[in-house]
Amino acid sequence: MSNIDVVITGLGATTPLGGDVTSTWDGLIAGRSGVRTIEADWVERFDLPVKIGASLAEEPTETIPRVQARRLDRCEQVALIAARQAWADAGFAEQTDEHTDVEPERLGVSIGSGIGGPVTLLDQDDLLEEHGIRKVSPLTVPMLMPNGPAAHVGIDLKARAGVHSPASACASGAEGIATGFQMIQSGRADVVVAGGAEACIAPITIAGFAQARTVSTRNDDPAHASRPFDTGRDGFVLGEGAGAVVLERADRAAARGARVYARLSGFGITSDAHHITGNHPDGIGQIAAMHHAIRMAGLTASDVGHVNAHATSTVVGDVGEAAAIRKAIGEHAVVTAPKSALGHLVGGAGAVEGIIAILSIYHGLVPATLNLENLDPKVDLDVVSGEARKVELTAAISNSFGFGGHNTALLFTAA
Amino acid sequence: MADKEEILSGLAEIVEEVAGVAQDDVSTEKSFVDDLDIDSLSMVEIAVQAEDKFGVKIPDDELANLKTVGDAVDYVAANSK
Repeated sequence: MSNIDVVITGLGATTPLGGDVTSTWDGLIAGRSGVRTIEADWVERFDLPVKIGASLAEEPTETIPRVQARRLDRCEQVALIAARQAWADAGFAEQTDEHTDVEPERLGVSIGSGIGGPVTLLDQDDLLEEHGIRKVSPLTVPMLMPNGPAAHVGIDLKARAGVHSPASACASGAEGIATGFQMIQSGRADVVVAGGAEACIAPITIAGFAQARTVSTRNDDPAHASRPFDTGRDGFVLGEGAGAVVLERADRAAARGARVYARLSGFGITSDAHHITGNHPDGIGQIAAMHHAIRMAGLTASDVGHVNAHATSTVVGDVGEAAAIRKAIGEHAVVTAPKSALGHLVGGAGAVEGIIAILSIYHGLVPATLNLENLDPKVDLDVVSGEARKVELTAAISNSFGFGGHNTALLFTAA
Repeated sequence: MADKEEILSGLAEIVEEVAGVAQDDVSTEKSFVDDLDIDSLSMVEIAVQAEDKFGVKIPDDELANLKTVGDAVDYVAANSK
């Protein structure tokens, strides 16, 4: 293993709770929910059983100029917004032909997406069906491809050390950060903008998730629909958004006097090899992912004081993860489940939740899990509820698991 | 058949809509690529919208010859019905 230390020097996000990291964090600490009734006409038109979602608090077009926005799928728009925020937050100026704060050949991007641009695909297919090929946009393919978000960020920042876009469903954002970490540790880059993005609240995705019976149908009470670890949970709430972090070689960050939020000390990635949507009943992949992260960081389980859980609010998933956390880390860990407030951002989730774990270390504060009225007795963990809890943390894990049996654990430590 | 002034102003509207170039900057001597910074993808969109607006056909091999705004105006003037 490489001994290059990697720190986090910039954060960016746009989420159902706010158009940036500060408003998102403030919303979490205040216990606000980002889940709302979906106002689109298609909910009624298709008589969908799910009428709620966690849409963005701020429309991307408020930030991105019209002409640029029409060339970008919504997923690409949110990735660009989060990446630009993280870049500025790290203290870097806009990269131009004349001036670069980070040498392009030493700058990488790793931004994952679960699905990419399915809404573009469907819209363009409608145009093809109705009007023939002439009306199909020449931007169709670059807008729908799942590497589009990462590629656009790479162009915007003039990153030439490589652009990656891991696709591991709901673990994509976390895998994006892990991949960025590896790029620095292997010597390919000194700075990587890493994270994940998703924006696919659409009839076909809602219908698909609903048919898989994985989403909440608590339509009459959106704010209380996402309730990880609670006995009344009935599925996740589909959300949209993006998160990005600036990963930087620790010595480089120190040399320029950068603010350091936390250190990225390790990660674990495993695969269940079991079922395409269900996690392994013994949680072997999840446990191993957490173990790998702890070992890579040179720590022991007792050092990990906090777990930012994947916990999506599904009946089976939440208890499975709880058991894995008890086995891999122990009952001492303070646990929270931010999807209770944010919904499930799919490819954006692992990145935004990684940022929340980083801020929990940085501020010594763990946001509460919303809607936790009756803790499922099978969970048996110290889950923060009611209000945010002050905890001094030296190490925290952020879990992200995805359809396909992908398990990723990121381990952050205090700077 | 539309006169060239009308074609130029109609074309300028399309270019602004697709590529964000101010209509006043869309003048006959300007090159789409070199002066107006329009890429090949946006050129396809502009051509399709121009076909609809002016009732012309712009085949791909003709599109490749339309280097300047003036080339496009002349082509439309000569080929629209």
